[in-house]
Amino acid sequence: MSALDDARLGFSDIWPAMVAAIPVGLLLGALAAGKGLSPLEVFLMGAFVFAGGAQFAAVELWTSPAPVWALVFSTLLINARHILMSASVVPKLNGFSTFQKLLGLYYMADENWALAEKRARSRALSPAYWFGMAVPFVCCWLTTTTLGAIIGAAFGDPKRLGADFAFTALFIALTASFWKGRVTFWTVAAAGIASALTYKLVGAPWHVAAGAICGLLAAWLAAGDQDEAQPATEGAQS
Amino acid sequence: MTLDPLNLIAILGMAVVTYFTRLAGLALAGRLDLSPRAQAAFDAIPPAVLIAVIAPSALATGWAETGAAVIAALAATRLPLLGVVGVGVVAVVALRAVI
Repeated sequence: MSALDDARLGFSDIWPAMVAAIPVGLLLGALAAGKGLSPLEVFLMGAFVFAGGAQFAAVELWTSPAPVWALVFSTLLINARHILMSASVVPKLNGFSTFQKLLGLYYMADENWALAEKRARSRALSPAYWFGMAVPFVCCWLTTTTLGAIIGAAFGDPKRLGADFAFTALFIALTASFWKGRVTFWTVAAAGIASALTYKLVGAPWHVAAGAICGLLAAWLAAGDQDEAQPATEGAQS
Repeated sequence: MTLDPLNLIAILGMAVVTYFTRLAGLALAGRLDLSPRAQAAFDAIPPAVLIAVIAPSALATGWAETGAAVIAALAATRLPLLGVVGVGVVAVVALRAVI
């Protein structure tokens, strides 16, 4: 198969995820504009960070002046799953040059990682396939988030239409997509209560660290009960 | 087109830690062997952080927001991402008008 055909194959696999991300990108841009970020800043965040969940969390935490450490810490935590994802996909990047690996991994997100893993099960993962997925996916994300910021800035205060609550609803939906039963339940309960209490008693941005740490502790404790009962789960899951 | 220096620093800091997590696989591949318990804690990071970020808005703002969060959580068991956002936003507007 020629490299061009392989790149086309990548595109035909990624496009449903790309279409699904269009309204999400517009929403992120509009919410960022509501927090006072300019379209240029939204574009740069997409181009440099390219991680939807972390970008939403960052925009929600954003104030002026920017709370740099809280933003970086929250981003690191949310993207820590990439460590497992890349550890799982790297051995499958045999046909990649070092430069292609460094560039390809820069834009590894949940969607294209999952598709790459799927492809590697049936055939060798080629650079053409990887970049056939990644390039249009990244371009679409940058276009829609920037456009959302331009449109959002024209709309004014997002609180007017209840749009400030869009974050809360979106994060609840994202949490549901990570749901793994009992352990997730205790994680969510501990993280929610600890975060809300810390927010009331200490204030932002400490609620993020307190909630996240209590959530992880709860997961660790809840998973201990089933350690003997359940065989080891394998590899990275997102 | 404005670019605030502190915002740029925050964006670059976010980019550095994100790239670190994506490159970590190059060093770790084949050497990572987590216990089921550690794996469970790792898998719990995204929901823990997401909930920690929104808990003040969902639990410590007002009854309208808490009610809408419960409705959104129920919707999340059935609907796709944007459906949940739509239901949540409509619910909060309605509840704010009532309460």
